[in-house]
Amino acid sequence: MQTEPTIIGFLCNWCSYAAADLAGNSKLEVPGNLTTIRVMCSSRVDPVFILNAYFQGADGVLVAGCHPGDCHYQTGNYYARRRLALLIKILQTFDIEPKRLRLSWISASEGQRFSEITQEFAKFIKEAGPNPLKKKPFFE
Amino acid sequence: MKALKLSQSPDNAIGSLLKYLFEQNKISAAFVLCKNNSRDYFYGLITDKNLLEKITPTTPIMPSSAGKMLSKLTMLEPLTSPIAVVLRPCEMRAFYELIKLEQARPDNILFISFTCKGVISIKESKDGFEEKIEAYQKNPATELTLPGLRQCCQICENFVPENADIILPLIEKNDLNNTTFLIKTEKAEDFVQGFEAETVEEELNDTEISKIKEKRARKKAEVFANITPDKLGMKGLIDIFGRCLNCHACGRACPICYCNLCYFDSADSEVGPKAYEAETETKGAYRLPANTIFYHIGRMIHISLSCIGCGMCTDVCPVSIPVGTIFTRVAESAQEVFKYIPGRNIEEKIPILTFKINEFEEIGEE
Repeated sequence: MQTEPTIIGFLCNWCSYAAADLAGNSKLEVPGNLTTIRVMCSSRVDPVFILNAYFQGADGVLVAGCHPGDCHYQTGNYYARRRLALLIKILQTFDIEPKRLRLSWISASEGQRFSEITQEFAKFIKEAGPNPLKKKPFFE
Repeated sequence: MKALKLSQSPDNAIGSLLKYLFEQNKISAAFVLCKNNSRDYFYGLITDKNLLEKITPTTPIMPSSAGKMLSKLTMLEPLTSPIAVVLRPCEMRAFYELIKLEQARPDNILFISFTCKGVISIKESKDGFEEKIEAYQKNPATELTLPGLRQCCQICENFVPENADIILPLIEKNDLNNTTFLIKTEKAEDFVQGFEAETVEEELNDTEISKIKEKRARKKAEVFANITPDKLGMKGLIDIFGRCLNCHACGRACPICYCNLCYFDSADSEVGPKAYEAETETKGAYRLPANTIFYHIGRMIHISLSCIGCGMCTDVCPVSIPVGTIFTRVAESAQEVFKYIPGRNIEEKIPILTFKINEFEEIGEE
């Protein structure tokens, strides 16, 4: 059985992905089980992508974008925030672990912060245990 | 408001009004529910006034959502000449949502609608349907136990077509020999000018409406009591959607689900070795058809804000999953987050197509 959790990170090209890059260049620690997916804007993330990650075995999903007001496309991250608010509500209605989803604002200069947030999130997910969605029952 | 009174059945009265509009060249076509025989009902765009005898707008059946059908007519280009449309309140709300989603255009349409008692499931339109309709017409609207009445209709509280130009108060009266047209807008007044009928002053009967609303709200609470988070979870979802065939008929019938190239029909959601190997490794088995629950929750994410609770999805489900009831429940909680009521106001934007600067600050980590 797998012991290390899987975390998927949707990082916005202009801020958070650059922050991840900076964290790497600065030789800061970033959890090894974080799989990053670069998107052009956090609003590119359809909530269905996140759901798909859950169903395919991700234990946690991080969506990261520019700080509100700093979006490269002016307003993209505000839309992203609304979409995630909707997703969280739907997950709550079904009682399927909205805590495994995190939205963070990380700007391009915040390599240190990227390292901290991802490590803290990885720790949190490890403590929370494997994602129950992954264990879709075959026989009850 | 101004009202016109006719001593005819609702279907005939609507027929006479449409005939008058045709004769005066005020409309070029009428979009209305038609009947071929007791098993064959459909929405038709009629341009020949002699075919108006085939219409049956108040028959309690919804062969497809008129909102969706109208969007098919108006998606590419707006209508060039005026048409009259007779549809149910939920279909009108669906049409409004499709306009907001840029899948339809409202130009040149005269909306005629009526307070709605609900419709009987499509599956019932076989031999013996006439008797069901008769029982339906005799029953008062507060009676929710009619055989075949859609569950979504039993719990629907939005049965008054607020935005229609002409409203027929049918369910408060339940009178099959007299019909009243409430002329709600100036546009409608222009259209009906010169139409021979008794002119009276009349409003919607609010006491009767709130009585029906209350009854349905009680029923809704009863139904929703079984769809709570603690009863769902993954296990509950498998109980409900376990027998899903993945036929996607609910999406096809849904007026809001409009994408021609649906993500869930695309090659992206095909099952490859990667997908099943990952699961067989941990569980020793893989359940097929795959991605059924993913499809339903995915669809909820996409449409729940615009879901108008018509119940088409339940109606077309070949394995009788109460899709519409679950969707209505989820939609209610999702719409509550944004204080949004679909189809209420054409100017109001769908919440995920707009934003406010200072909101949901608890979701994004600063």
